[in-house]
Amino acid sequence: MANNQTNKAVVIDYDAIAHQESFKSLVRKKNSFLWSITVIFLAAYMLLPILTSYTTILHQKAFGEITWVWVYSAGLFIMTWSLCHLYVAKANNFDKEAKAIIEEYENGGGRR
Amino acid sequence: MTNGMSFTAIFFFVAIVGLTLVITWWASKRTSSASDFYTAGGGLTGWQNGLAIAGDYLSAASFLGIAGAVALFGFDGFFFSIGYLVAYLVVLYIVAEPLRNLGKFTLADMITARFDSSKVRGTAALSTITIVLFYMIAQLVGAGALIQLLLGIDYWIAVLIVGVMMTTYVLFGGMTATSWVQIIKACLLMLGTVIISFLVLKEFGFSITSMFKEMGTATDSGAAYLNPGLKYTNGIDTISMLIALVLGTAGLPHILMRFFTVKDAKTARSSVIWATWIVGIFYILTIFLGFGAAYFVGKEDIIAANAAGNMAAPLLAEALGGDILFSFVCAVAFATILAVVAGLVLSGASALSHDIYGQIIKKGKITEKEQVLAARIGSITIAIISILLALGAQTLNVAFLVSLAFCIAGSANLPVIIYTIYWKRFNTAGAVTAMLTGLISALVLVAVSPNIWNPVEGKAIFVGEPLIMLTNPAIISVPLGFLGGFIGTLLSKESDAKKYREVEVKANTGISVQDVSH
Repeated sequence: MANNQTNKAVVIDYDAIAHQESFKSLVRKKNSFLWSITVIFLAAYMLLPILTSYTTILHQKAFGEITWVWVYSAGLFIMTWSLCHLYVAKANNFDKEAKAIIEEYENGGGRR
Repeated sequence: MTNGMSFTAIFFFVAIVGLTLVITWWASKRTSSASDFYTAGGGLTGWQNGLAIAGDYLSAASFLGIAGAVALFGFDGFFFSIGYLVAYLVVLYIVAEPLRNLGKFTLADMITARFDSSKVRGTAALSTITIVLFYMIAQLVGAGALIQLLLGIDYWIAVLIVGVMMTTYVLFGGMTATSWVQIIKACLLMLGTVIISFLVLKEFGFSITSMFKEMGTATDSGAAYLNPGLKYTNGIDTISMLIALVLGTAGLPHILMRFFTVKDAKTARSSVIWATWIVGIFYILTIFLGFGAAYFVGKEDIIAANAAGNMAAPLLAEALGGDILFSFVCAVAFATILAVVAGLVLSGASALSHDIYGQIIKKGKITEKEQVLAARIGSITIAIISILLALGAQTLNVAFLVSLAFCIAGSANLPVIIYTIYWKRFNTAGAVTAMLTGLISALVLVAVSPNIWNPVEGKAIFVGEPLIMLTNPAIISVPLGFLGGFIGTLLSKESDAKKYREVEVKANTGISVQDVSH
């Protein structure tokens, strides 16, 4: 993303970028996405030892001799892979916005 | 099996040693600057770095340890696989990209991008070196015992062999050699694991349900083998251990360092995806390794070979694939240990030579040539210290040191990383107190835990009653790390909103990444 910064002597006015409405909106969107997903997957993960330690719900058989605890664990694996790819899809969009923000800064007469 | 080595075993061991030395020789010609040494010049691609992360992660503790734990304790062993995998989401969502955008060689670089203070840098280096040493002692003691068992040589010779090999890779080939050793080892390890899993499945007629059916009666635990509770009976302790597993990864220095070996945040992102797929598939296969070992080798023989179950996977390979597969798996286990300790040496050296010597003592006024020399001296220092410690720790049960390393990483490093990136009010005092509270509380709590104290002689390091019953204190020390940082911040008036805006812009746009890094 820093491809535009060909001249290393350029001083970047971080404050100018930080005050752009587009930047504020990106950070807000990004953080709310990252932290809400983080809370969800940590909750799903921590629920496993809580359920296995204090209940026997997951000790019941699901398929043949396979108990629910294995099914739940498999679910956590699938969750991990899916959320990885969700992240990439989202991050690619954020990249585009970040690029637009830098362009806006460069065209919008940041003090240079 | 242990009466000396077969010809096949010698062949595989020599092939692995030879191959890694060729890589080191090739890499040595590409290692001239400090950036080459610490981060392979930031030139790894997504899949290469992903494989290398997977390589760093699939340590002997994962391969031998989890296979053994599943074999002996059924589902309870599989907890590790789940925790280690979900941890990647924390790395990907919270840490990877901002870290790449802000840092240069080390964790301390990233934090000092916001707080330019040698106190902050020194504390971060201290926590890095502590984690590296604990992790390394556990790996080296394990390696010594394993090689002693496989090759029938003395423990101290085994530790020295591993020590000399790891130092050679790092000293001459730096991060380039270490990364490629990791990549090749990750491929070999996956190959070995897939072959064994295939053979196990074949024995069960390629039916997972019939495998579970057989396992429900195959061990002396009966159906309980397929459910949690065989090993972990204390709920709080289980939860605490799982907290350490999931949060610790995002603070492990040798994993964090892997985000500086790529050119930008996008590549860091793609390398985590690669790593998550590889590591995830591997962890699924640990079920087959563990079940297979319990079924075809049997609990008694596994414990007879090694009380912790570390020989489960190699013994299973022997039972299903004969001498060739056994030798191959042992050689891969050897390569695994070498690669992981090399990565650890490198991250320890970066804290010692780059942070403490280069930035604090020399205040950054150090030439490229001096930096590389310092890096090499630092590597030798870390290697010698850890070899000496490992030689002294032979008779101690040090397996808990790996989970302690995860616990410190989660308690001392993760809070400061999160605050640095996401909390505007955070300041220098808070950074220091966050790291110190996390580090000290984890160490103190482990020092009074059942890992160290047991009323029965020989069960732990000292004889006596433990003060707390937690084997892993993460459930207390991680919150303490966050709390320490919070209180430390509020006690100091210092607050630099302008600097935070700069960090926020850099972390979110990667705008100055080329000025910061190369």
